[in-house]
Amino acid sequence: MTAGTSAQAQIVVEDLVKRFGKFVAVDHVSFSVQRGEIMGFLGPNGAGKSTIIRILCGLLRATGGIARVAGIDLARDPEGVRQRIGYMSQKFSLYRDLTVEENLRFFGGIYRVPAKELPERIRFAIDMAGLAGREHALVATLAGGWQQRLALGCAVLHRPPILFLDEPTSGVEPTSRRRFWDLIHALAAEGVTVLVSTHYMDEAEYCHRAALINQGRLIAIGSPAELKHRALGGELLLVECEALGPVLAALQQAPGVKDCSVFGSALHVLVNDAARARAELPGYLAAKGLQIGRIAPISASLEDVFVRLVAADLANRKEAA
Amino acid sequence: MRLQRVKAIAIKEVLQVWRDPRSLMVAMAMPFMQMFLLGYGISLDLKHIPVCTFDREGSQNSQDLLKRFAASRYFDVVRNVRDYAALTAAVDRADCKLAIVIPPDFSERLSNAGTTSVQAVLDATDDNTANIAYSYALAVVSGFSTDVQVSWSAQQGRVLAQIQPMTAQSRVWFNEDLDSRNFVIPGLVAVILALVGAQLTSLTLSREWERGTMELLISTPVKPSELMVGKLLPYLGLGWIDAAFCLVIAALWFAVPLRGTLFTLFVTTTLFLVVVLGIGYLISVLIRSQLGASQIALLVTMLPTNLLSGYVFPIDQMPAVVEKLTYLIYARYYVTIIKAIFLKGAGIPALATPIIFLLIYAAVVMLLAARAFRKALD
Repeated sequence: MTAGTSAQAQIVVEDLVKRFGKFVAVDHVSFSVQRGEIMGFLGPNGAGKSTIIRILCGLLRATGGIARVAGIDLARDPEGVRQRIGYMSQKFSLYRDLTVEENLRFFGGIYRVPAKELPERIRFAIDMAGLAGREHALVATLAGGWQQRLALGCAVLHRPPILFLDEPTSGVEPTSRRRFWDLIHALAAEGVTVLVSTHYMDEAEYCHRAALINQGRLIAIGSPAELKHRALGGELLLVECEALGPVLAALQQAPGVKDCSVFGSALHVLVNDAARARAELPGYLAAKGLQIGRIAPISASLEDVFVRLVAADLANRKEAA
Repeated sequence: MRLQRVKAIAIKEVLQVWRDPRSLMVAMAMPFMQMFLLGYGISLDLKHIPVCTFDREGSQNSQDLLKRFAASRYFDVVRNVRDYAALTAAVDRADCKLAIVIPPDFSERLSNAGTTSVQAVLDATDDNTANIAYSYALAVVSGFSTDVQVSWSAQQGRVLAQIQPMTAQSRVWFNEDLDSRNFVIPGLVAVILALVGAQLTSLTLSREWERGTMELLISTPVKPSELMVGKLLPYLGLGWIDAAFCLVIAALWFAVPLRGTLFTLFVTTTLFLVVVLGIGYLISVLIRSQLGASQIALLVTMLPTNLLSGYVFPIDQMPAVVEKLTYLIYARYYVTIIKAIFLKGAGIPALATPIIFLLIYAAVVMLLAARAFRKALD
């Protein structure tokens, strides 16, 4: 985990395609991840996130395109890649009938961690995962969050420069999730490149950059702030009111309003300039005889961003077709 | 191949087997039970064949003949009947396999015509038993016939030696009592090890697939050959224990004479275990579900080893095509080896041919298994 001096790309994917029969799981995806960067993969289940990660770990062969990890072409030398990566699969895949320490020893042996260094590395992994005192507990008896942290411990035992984490926080309670992300940040701070997938949209906020993936396609990629701006093309206001329907209809015609949609018991209104809209919209609606309650700027959730970008993507593809 | 990885895998396997007492019990108890069940179940010897007699004459001569049946260790005279109806009934009820009927003019024709006949009624529902019983009966009757001839000649004042028929003196080697147990039991050890061994390893990879641990394992730099050796070593230990069980039962309980050395036994048994465990591992590579792998392992070991290994059914009496087929049955080589070690006291030089065949088998199976294992999910 030596920090890189250059910002050289550790993961490079160009025009990656994976087909299972007629089904296209990965559809011409290109991106790259720099050293020490946390790249998030966002998307619903079945979007193709796991498939891309599995290709990058050498578990699946790509149908087309190029995938390079740590500068090594996966098609040429998958073993070379395997030595330099740590992987946490979506499904828990440590040995439940082995203890915490036995699992760590096993992976230490598999990755050929020198015997002299192994006790110290195991100590590090146990401390990092917060499993001190549980070294001799069978993994099956650990709660989900502990199991996931142990899995991360096993994945970093051999100090790989690149980590692939496939939905590491799925099924983990919120406090443990928070702690897990702290661990990922600590690793990235030391120069480890992390590619992590999640279907919790809010978790993208923890990533340096996030890639939105839907139906095998990379829809957008960028920092959370960039994604929000690009997706919305403006600023978002929350409007509370009694008569949702009429207000919605009126706002859609209002000047400076780009879009308006129902969000729970309120409206989300996309405007060019939030400050101006806050000042003008109540008067505009009052003139039409419509009363509204609170009107306030809100920061978009990445869920909003995702929905918008997917819709825009679909529209683009229809146009192209 | 890196020793550190092989060791890590072997230790992990040992821990997993150790923590699963149920499958450990099966691995230990199965050969134990099979040795006793099959060891007692399979006996090809016919002794104490039940016989009914119907003496229609009741003379000294006829009783002399019947006494020979009673005295033979192959026959038990269970009943003397007085009419045909009773005889038929006895055969029908399977009270006897063989009925001997002595005609009312037995002695008369013997002294006047010098020749006479005896009727043998056989229950041939099991033709093998009937054949053997018939030939034993023939032997008893011809023995009687010779004696009659000899005493008749003596009465005529002829020299005994002149009419003494030529006899072939046969000496049976290696299994002097022609006790079938002595050749069935060593073969049985081979069959049981073939069955149990393949079962042991056939689940080792499918378990990892089904529990989801394989996905992580194949993302590591572990090589297929390292995985194979690491996984086979602990089961070789288990196989040794099973083999020791079977061999001790064979030698001590069933008292099969062990004339070879323990060293020869150890070397050849280890080689056979490697083949058998390798077959199970190959199945494990090819079939990713535990149930499927276990079924296939049973299918490919059970019938061929039972029928074609030569442990009960002699290979040289098989049709030519089937006989060629037996060269593919790895158990046949170990059946040959272990019978020779037990009964002949054969050493390794005498067993070179079957040992070479087993070596080739082991190499091919290992190579196939290592090649067939792909570190990929699709």
